Amino acid sequence: MPHHDHDSSLRHRLGRTLRTPIGITALTACLLVALVAVLGPVLLGDRAARIDTDAINQGSSAAHLLGTDQLGRDIAARVVVATRLTLRLTLLAAVIGVGGGLLLGVAPAVVGRRLGRLITATVGVLVAFPGLLFLLFLATIFGVGSTGAVLAVGLAMVPPMARLVQNLTASVAGSDYVAAARILGVGRFKMVVRHLLPNIAEPSVLFATQATGGILVAFSGLSFLGLGVQPPQYDWGRLLNEQLNRIFVNPAAALAPGAAVVLTGLMFGLAGEVLAQAGGRRAPQAPEPARGQQPNPSEEPATDGDGVLVRACDLRVTFPGGRQAVRGISLDIARGEAVGLVGESGSGKSLSALALADLVPHPGRVTAGTLRFDGHDLRDDPRLGTELAMVFQDPMASLNPALRVGRQLAEVAEVHLGASRAQGAARAVDRLRAVRIPAPERRARQRPHEYSGGMRQRAVIAMGLMGEPKLIIADEPTTALDVAVQEQVLDLLAEVREDSGAALLLISHDLAVVAQVCDRVLVMYAGRIVEDLPVTALLGGAAHPYTRALVGAVPTMTTDPGTELATIPGRPPEPGETGGGCPFAPRCERARERCHRTAPELSDFGPDRQVACWFPVGTAAAGGSVAATSYAAEATS
Amino acid sequence: MATITLDSLGTRVRNPWIAFGLRRTWRLLASLAALVTAAFAMIHLIPGDPVRAALGTTADPALVAARRQSLGLDQSLPKQYGDFVVNLLHGRLGESIGAQMPVSGIISGRLPATLEIAVPAFVLILLIAVPVGMTAAVLTKDGRRRRGELAFTGVTGFLGAVPEFLLAVGLTAAFAVAWPLFPVASRGGPDSYVLPVLALTVVPAATLSRIVRVETLRVLGEDYMRTARAKRLPARLRYLRHALPNLLTSSLTLGGLLFSSLLAGTVLVENVFAWPGLGTTIVQAITEKDYPLVQGVVLVYGAAALLITFVVDVAVAVADPQSTVRGS
Repeated sequence: MPHHDHDSSLRHRLGRTLRTPIGITALTACLLVALVAVLGPVLLGDRAARIDTDAINQGSSAAHLLGTDQLGRDIAARVVVATRLTLRLTLLAAVIGVGGGLLLGVAPAVVGRRLGRLITATVGVLVAFPGLLFLLFLATIFGVGSTGAVLAVGLAMVPPMARLVQNLTASVAGSDYVAAARILGVGRFKMVVRHLLPNIAEPSVLFATQATGGILVAFSGLSFLGLGVQPPQYDWGRLLNEQLNRIFVNPAAALAPGAAVVLTGLMFGLAGEVLAQAGGRRAPQAPEPARGQQPNPSEEPATDGDGVLVRACDLRVTFPGGRQAVRGISLDIARGEAVGLVGESGSGKSLSALALADLVPHPGRVTAGTLRFDGHDLRDDPRLGTELAMVFQDPMASLNPALRVGRQLAEVAEVHLGASRAQGAARAVDRLRAVRIPAPERRARQRPHEYSGGMRQRAVIAMGLMGEPKLIIADEPTTALDVAVQEQVLDLLAEVREDSGAALLLISHDLAVVAQVCDRVLVMYAGRIVEDLPVTALLGGAAHPYTRALVGAVPTMTTDPGTELATIPGRPPEPGETGGGCPFAPRCERARERCHRTAPELSDFGPDRQVACWFPVGTAAAGGSVAATSYAAEATS
Repeated sequence: MATITLDSLGTRVRNPWIAFGLRRTWRLLASLAALVTAAFAMIHLIPGDPVRAALGTTADPALVAARRQSLGLDQSLPKQYGDFVVNLLHGRLGESIGAQMPVSGIISGRLPATLEIAVPAFVLILLIAVPVGMTAAVLTKDGRRRRGELAFTGVTGFLGAVPEFLLAVGLTAAFAVAWPLFPVASRGGPDSYVLPVLALTVVPAATLSRIVRVETLRVLGEDYMRTARAKRLPARLRYLRHALPNLLTSSLTLGGLLFSSLLAGTVLVENVFAWPGLGTTIVQAITEKDYPLVQGVVLVYGAAALLITFVVDVAVAVADPQSTVRGS
């Protein structure tokens, strides 16, 4: 039975929550109110009822803390004594409301389908009316007085409670073990008691507790309107009713019962909060780890060569706690060049791209020795809006659903190029046409949800073409698309580059895509670039064992369908858990003692190539070839 | 090929709209029918003889019989129901027992006073809650300014927990008695509107601003907001043009209930300020057992609540067609 250990752990969690400050406050408040309700009438009952014709309508004094009413009775004592009746009537109404709500809520799961539908529909109609209106309606039927008010307030709570219980039972009733019980022929009544109720108990109790606070307020409201408790009985609402017309003379007398209602209502809310926390609905927030010291980025005198568009040196993205997701990478992108950035998920490739676009989400912090775009510091370059185009992974999410597509394109021209609204709109249509969106005039007036996935991605690309992009950063632009559309988007990217001469930074985990589009490939592992090689060398000539493993993990048309897919054993290290050695060493077949001790830097390895490895594949390093063979055997096994 | 699939999609988009319109209209009509039936049934659900209860046990039997006849209570139930519905369609709500006046006349005399505080409160709630909630979200996004966030949720949480009528009492004590800036009660010059409207505004505004903050935080985390940042749009455009429409639709959906409860809130607030609106009328009518009048006011309040919900639903659907299509 799943709910049993659930219960014991709830009790455990409740005990723990009660020891937190909010738990202690709630418990103390509940005990205090209960104490006042029990002892109040015993200790102060006489004082509250004593009529003193010598002290009628007095203000606050030492003898009468809150003054006296029109019969000379002590108001403070009456507020204290009223606690019992108020709470009794509130709880009575709550019992009616919760009981009725449970009955009506569970009923659809137990009775026949037609009757169940009727009940659900009735509850649906009832919850559409404001509670107070329902309350007044019932109060009219049951008449003025305590009994009528209890029934009215209680019944007014039934529809929302029933709605909640219905929703809860609907989800539980659909679960496997209830279906199993049904197949085993467990009776309806037994089903409810053994299976449904225990599993909806927790949220129901939570809702009931908070609703009880609402009942207290509603009941006080009725009594205040003169429709609830009638004299000579009195609850807080009635006291408020009696004292309100004297608010000019003695405001404290009117405020005291009001304050009692608010505070007791808050107590119920607090109790509900404690139950919610114990139920794990609001996980207590983990304390934020202390901020580690920020490493100083090493400055590098940057002399941009003519051909260099983007230059980043020692680029780091740091998160609170000193965790580094990007750990000091350096890269150059030449004008018009297409660079691929590959690696497993979590290797920091997307964050590196976001850092280049100055879009790293909070609380990530970007530091860099040099971060230049077309000769200017990227972090305060206003031209990024027109010269840098971004294409994101999920075209479904990256366009604003509330705005027309044409508008979203046009605003780039309006904000950055000083275009008028009409000029912007015309250019938007022109750019949509350029990315081969059919009927661009009509499409521009549509909102993104009317576009297909591939069209949205093309619209995003068109958005980047509103200016004159020198760099397009595409972060997994085809991952969310199906294969046929992938090809179209890649072709479009290639075409756009041809027309505009823009450079491309393509982030992907798909080596096939990178090999098709890019000139050069950067391989990232654990926040560092481990290899930089021409795309021609990727397939057979990679020097880093990790790159080799990545390539080996991609099945090709020649892979024997009978062999198991190759995987890279182990998992990449989490940011911050890398020690002093090469981060890939624990997963590397070629690793030796030196690899575990010190991390290799990215260093030149032949013309236009760099690798960060002590024992790169393909060198005459001792044991290299042997290890490579054994490694290759391992990777495919 | 792409155009074909898209065009067929275009025709399919139309159908959910019709389905949606039919469903919502059907739901409204069913709810209205339930409301009318309940209002009719009310007088028959009262234990004992409602006319005798209204006129008192010592009333002249002849008078009771005459009043029973004028209310149509001597007819068969189906006949009474039929007459009730027909009269309702002609705008006739019967005659008040206490005031001996047509109920419709009383209601049309009192309704303006209620609307005069409910409508400004409604506008004020939106004008306060949306900017406050958005500002709070922008200032506290990504876990910034933890203390400010705590203060915001604490204050709005407390204000949201205070019942409107008690707030009204507190406001009176503070701004009419302690610092007599505004009149204590009853409708008069423009300054007499301040406290009732404020009492109606504060609680829903606090609750709605919390909703708006949470919704803003959700919207700010969406991918399209990153796209807006990638376009290097100024903050003003990002928040007002890109975030606001998206959070308005979802906030209004959640806030829709708030607005119909605002109408109910007028009942209590009117009674605190002795405001001559529908709220004081219904309470008085219940106390005096003036059932035809209660019936009439219940119908007006109920129909207003249903219409507000309907309008909010439709407005949200028009502003955010995607959710409608998804929801159908």
